[in-house]
Amino acid sequence: MDALTAHSSILAIAIPLFAAFLTPLVGKLGARTRNVFVVVVLAFVEFLVLVLARDIYANGIHLYTLGAVSPSLAIPEHYMVPVRIVLEVDGLGVFMGIISATVALAGAIYSISCMKHETGQDRFYTLLLLLTVGMLGIQFTGDLFNLFVFLEILSISGAALAAFRTRFIDAVEGGFKYLIVSTVAALMVLLATGLFYGQYNLLNIAAIADVMQYTALDKIALALLIVALLTKSGGVPSHWWVPDTYTPAPAGTSPMIYAATLACMSTMFRVAFTLYGVKMSVATIGWLIIIAGLLSMFVGVTMALRQTDVKRLMAYHVISQGGYMLLGVGVGIAVLGDPQALAAYGREAVAGGLFHVMNHAFFKGLLLLTGEALFFRLGTRNLNRMGGMGRNMKWTCAFFLIGALAISGVPPLNGFASKLMIYEASYQLNPMLTIIAMMVSIMTLASFTKVFQSAFTGPELPEYKEVREVPLSMKLGMGILAGATLFISLFPSLVVNTIVYPAADALLNQAGYIGAVMGGG
Amino acid sequence: MSEFLANIPFLAVAALICVALYIMMSQRNLIKVVMGVVILESAVNLFLVTLGYREGGVAPIFTNAPGTLMVLPVPQALTLTSIVIGVATTALMLSMIMLIYRHTGETDAEKSRKVKG
Repeated sequence: MDALTAHSSILAIAIPLFAAFLTPLVGKLGARTRNVFVVVVLAFVEFLVLVLARDIYANGIHLYTLGAVSPSLAIPEHYMVPVRIVLEVDGLGVFMGIISATVALAGAIYSISCMKHETGQDRFYTLLLLLTVGMLGIQFTGDLFNLFVFLEILSISGAALAAFRTRFIDAVEGGFKYLIVSTVAALMVLLATGLFYGQYNLLNIAAIADVMQYTALDKIALALLIVALLTKSGGVPSHWWVPDTYTPAPAGTSPMIYAATLACMSTMFRVAFTLYGVKMSVATIGWLIIIAGLLSMFVGVTMALRQTDVKRLMAYHVISQGGYMLLGVGVGIAVLGDPQALAAYGREAVAGGLFHVMNHAFFKGLLLLTGEALFFRLGTRNLNRMGGMGRNMKWTCAFFLIGALAISGVPPLNGFASKLMIYEASYQLNPMLTIIAMMVSIMTLASFTKVFQSAFTGPELPEYKEVREVPLSMKLGMGILAGATLFISLFPSLVVNTIVYPAADALLNQAGYIGAVMGGG
Repeated sequence: MSEFLANIPFLAVAALICVALYIMMSQRNLIKVVMGVVILESAVNLFLVTLGYREGGVAPIFTNAPGTLMVLPVPQALTLTSIVIGVATTALMLSMIMLIYRHTGETDAEKSRKVKG
């Protein structure tokens, strides 16, 4: 068990990576064997992440140096700086790891029935496992170059998955847009990495943060990193790829692409808090992120109101809810230089933003899955052509209601808990922020009322008389995310105190992150 | 003069980035957009290789090395990785353009666009 704990971080990345390329071989043994194989691998990854989480909450930052005598030996003998590949997992990394692993597991189980009649399923599961590798990798890596590599793994597999049903033109278009945006963003990250290497001869995040001078080149690198990662996390003004990519993504992959988007967002927070910290002009960067957040909220929700495609509508809410996370964490960045304000409401703002990341990954994942379930049974995503589905698809309807109430911030569901934390904290920075955030919340409720009313209520339509409930595996996939949502709703303070505050503290504790690698600290 | 000569690769990187951004923003043909992305990729790779040059350094090849002090070949390793990744993304982008062309008979970004709003 000790050995498993010590190696859990690298195993959580390596096992799905090898399994991905084994999947086509296992597929030769039959579809059922392959499906069981993929689900078992992802369940084991979830287990590894939980083992890792237990270790981190008990013993602090988990360090894994590849090729070293001891995994915790980041700096080799006779060297002053870390030269090996280092995985550094702290409270934030493992927090996002839990989210990614859970969503991936639910998505894979959901896909089993949903993809039954598609061709090329072996390749589908290969890509699905690779996407998991990318998501976990960018959370766990301790150096900037591997950040780029995992970002590319995530982008390539995400784009290929979005375009998987190539018989639909919108799928190809969505995948292509995602790939172009991701490639350019990843190249910007690589350029920034080059700028750091040219100045400091370092690639390790902690080592660079330790010697950061905030020169003109560092400012350019900061701009490149923030713009690239904001684009990848779907914040306004670079949000336009989100609806096009999420809408056609098949089966259980849209929640996974969403979790990948959140992984990029948390990487942006990592750059702001850990790589630069108080050395950058925190008020300017913080307010830029807050403004991007407010714009995302408002533009996302107003665009969502006029959509008639059920998944496209949900995808616009992805942008809008992403704004809450940017707002929460942005408030934290803006007051990073002021210890008094940070203690008073900054820490709570960061925790609220991160709590919303977790909640939203689960309930928006659930909503995207119900949207896909409607498409699976009805063959259309157009809300104007649906109706009365509450009778035939009772489970889907119930899951949709849980997700819709949670996203609109209706108490006592978890969306309310995280939004309340964001409201409370942002109110102390500027009351206007809270007013806009609450207004957006009401518009969200309006928009989901529309979906509920047009898809699930109303008279039974003759053409959908024969529609039945979705198969078991799809219910199970939705059930996992609904269960997670309800669990957080029932025990919000337990979840916040055990995993959300450690994640927020990990962001705020820059010295701890540096010290784990460089020693001293 | 030598200062200027040493900076020529960096100027080339800047010029390539500008060319790439211009192509990506001004061209409507999807193949040309991908060419822009590939030029951007080359610019970044050139940047990394330039950073790796150390004047008077010894290449880290152990046969017949004049001394034991050698250059750490990190940027070269990065560039190789980045080239490999670049091949994958380019191939995927081009195959998607093929599919778009099969569906719509167009490679023009405005005309082949089906998703709006």
